[in-house]
Amino acid sequence: MPSTQRTDRTRPEAARAHLVPDRAVPLLIVLLTVAVVLAAAVAIAVGTVPVPLGDVVAVTWAHLTPGDTERSLLYDQIVWDFRAPRVLLAGVAGAGLSIAGVCLQALVRNPLADPYLLGISGGASIGAALALSFVPAAIAGLGVSGAAFLGAVVSVALVVGLAQRAGRVAPGRLILAGVAVAYLGSAVTSYIQLQANPGELRGILFWVLGSVAAASWPDLPAPTAALLVCLLWLLVDGRRLNALTMGETSAAGLGIDVNRLRLGLLAVASLLTATIVSVAGGIGFVGLLVPHAVRLLVGPDHRRVIPVSLLLGAVFLILVDLLSRTLDRPNEMPIGIFTAVLGAPFFLWLLRSQSGAVR
Amino acid sequence: MRVMATGVSVTIDGTTILDDVSFTAADGRVTGLIGPNGSGKSTLLRCLYRIIRPQQGTVHIGDHDVWQVPARRAGQLRAVVAQDQELDNDYTVRDIVAMGRIPHQRLLERESTTDRTIVDEALVRARIEWAEGRRFVTLSGGERQRVLLARALAQNTPVLLLDEPTNHLDIGAQLELLELIRELGLTTVAALHDLDHAMSYCDAVVLLHHGRVVAADDPVTVLTPQRLADVFGVRGATTTHPLTGQPHLVFAAPCSEREISR
Repeated sequence: MPSTQRTDRTRPEAARAHLVPDRAVPLLIVLLTVAVVLAAAVAIAVGTVPVPLGDVVAVTWAHLTPGDTERSLLYDQIVWDFRAPRVLLAGVAGAGLSIAGVCLQALVRNPLADPYLLGISGGASIGAALALSFVPAAIAGLGVSGAAFLGAVVSVALVVGLAQRAGRVAPGRLILAGVAVAYLGSAVTSYIQLQANPGELRGILFWVLGSVAAASWPDLPAPTAALLVCLLWLLVDGRRLNALTMGETSAAGLGIDVNRLRLGLLAVASLLTATIVSVAGGIGFVGLLVPHAVRLLVGPDHRRVIPVSLLLGAVFLILVDLLSRTLDRPNEMPIGIFTAVLGAPFFLWLLRSQSGAVR
Repeated sequence: MRVMATGVSVTIDGTTILDDVSFTAADGRVTGLIGPNGSGKSTLLRCLYRIIRPQQGTVHIGDHDVWQVPARRAGQLRAVVAQDQELDNDYTVRDIVAMGRIPHQRLLERESTTDRTIVDEALVRARIEWAEGRRFVTLSGGERQRVLLARALAQNTPVLLLDEPTNHLDIGAQLELLELIRELGLTTVAALHDLDHAMSYCDAVVLLHHGRVVAADDPVTVLTPQRLADVFGVRGATTTHPLTGQPHLVFAAPCSEREISR
C-alpha cells in the first residue's frame, strides 16, 4: 500500500537537535579532559598567596614521583596540603553529582530529577547539623562526615523502602517518597538551626549550601572510589540506559531486566551522592544542570552523555569553587550559591539557543 | 516458533486480572488477543514482556520459558511494539531502530557492519527508511509506529508482540500497518481493540473476558453474534464488503430507544 499520500516527504529534514555533531564528540572529550587539568592547575595557583603555575607543577611532580626534590616549603604546604585536596574534591564532587543526575533522570524519566531526589540531602543535613551543634558528643566518633553519611544512608533506605512494592521500584512513588523525606529532613534541620548558637548556625548553613573549603586528603578516597566504580558500571551500561529512556515496556522488550537496571541506577546514584554530600555538603544545581546542558550539546545517547557529563561537571565545579573564594576575598562564600547564580543563566541561554529541542 | 501460555494466573493488589489462561499461537501465524477493556489482554502480553511475572502458570516462546531464560535471551526471542512510546526524547529514527540490536550486542561492543546492515534492512521493511535522519518526535503517529516496528524487526526475533498497534492512528495508517505486519510472516501475537481488524488480519483470535479465555479459534468461528452480545454487549453481525467480498463485522448498540419508540 503506497504511503505517499499521508507522509509528506517534502518537509525539510529536521536538523540534529544538539550543538556538537557526533563526529566531534571524541574531540570534545579530549578538549574537556585538557580543560579539567588546566582548570585544576589554575585553581591551585590562584588564592590569597598566588603560586606560579610552574611551582604548582613542580610541587605536584615532587609528590607524585619518588625521590627527594628541592622545593619551597611554603608553596609545598599551600599547594599540596590546602589547595590540591580542595580542588580535587570540587572536581570529584562536580563529576559525581553530574553522573548521579544523569542516572536519576534516566531512572524516573523526569527532567527535574537531581541527585537529591532520593531525600539524601535531607537525611545527610540532619546528621551533619546534629554533629555541628548540640549533640556533638553523642556522635563524636563519627565526625560530621560520618554523621552526614549515616543520615544519607538512612534516608535512601527509607525512600527506596517506601517506593518499592514486592521488590519492584515504581518511579512515580520514588519521586513522592523522596520529596516527603527531603521535606522532613529540612524541617528537622531547621529546628536544629533554631536551637543552635550563632557560631554553630553559620557552620550548619555553610554545610547545607555545600562547601569544599575544609577539604583535606582523607576526604577524597571515598567519593573518588565511588565515582570510579560507578563510572565503570555506567560506561558498560550506556546502551541500556538509552533503552530505558524509551519506556519500561520498550526496555523490557529489548531484553533488559528493567527492575534490576533500576535498582542498579538507584545504588549508583545513592552511593555517589551520599559519599559526596557527606564531605562537601548539599551542593545544589550541578546534578540538575550539567546533564541537561550535556544533552543539549551532544544529544541523548548515554554513551556520550556520561563521559561528557563527568568532565563538564568537574570543570564547572572547580571553576565555581575558584570564584567562590576569590570574588569576595578573604571571605569564602558557600559554593552552592554560585552553582545556581552562574549555572542558571548559562543553562537558560543553552535552552533558548535550542529552538528544536523538546523539553 | 509458537507462543504458548499455560494456566497463567495474575493477581495484582488482590484483584484477579488473569485466571488460568492458556492459549497457543501457532508458528508463522497472526494471533489476535481480543476482549473488552480490562479483560486482561495487555496483562497477558506483559507476562510475555517479562514485566509481570505470573503467580501461576508459564509462558513459553518455542521451548523457552520466558521467565526462566535470561532477560537478554528473551530479547532475542521476541520483539515488542508497545503503547508506551516515550515522546520526551531527542533520538533520531535511526538511533531508535539501532536499539533493536541491543540484545545481540555484548557489553561495550560497538555497532558492527552486520548490525548496520540489519538496521538498514529493518528500516526498508518497515517502509520508514526515508526518515532515518529525522527526530522521532517530528513524525506522525503512523510513522512512529513504523519506526517501533522497524526496531522490532532489527531485533531479528522469530516472534513479534504488539499491544494495540493501531491506537491513535487514522484509518489509512491503521490498515497500512496491519497489511505490513501480515506481510512480515512472523509469529505474531497482537492485542487488538478493533474486532473487525481482528476479523480481517488474524489467522486466529483468543477472546478474553474477565481474565478468562472464552473462545480461541479462527475469527469467523469465534466472533458469533451470540458472543458479541455476551462479551461486548453489542448486536454484531457479519457482512460482506461490497468491493472486496471479504467478511466484515458491523455493530449496533443493544436496542436503542429510537428503535423501541418506533
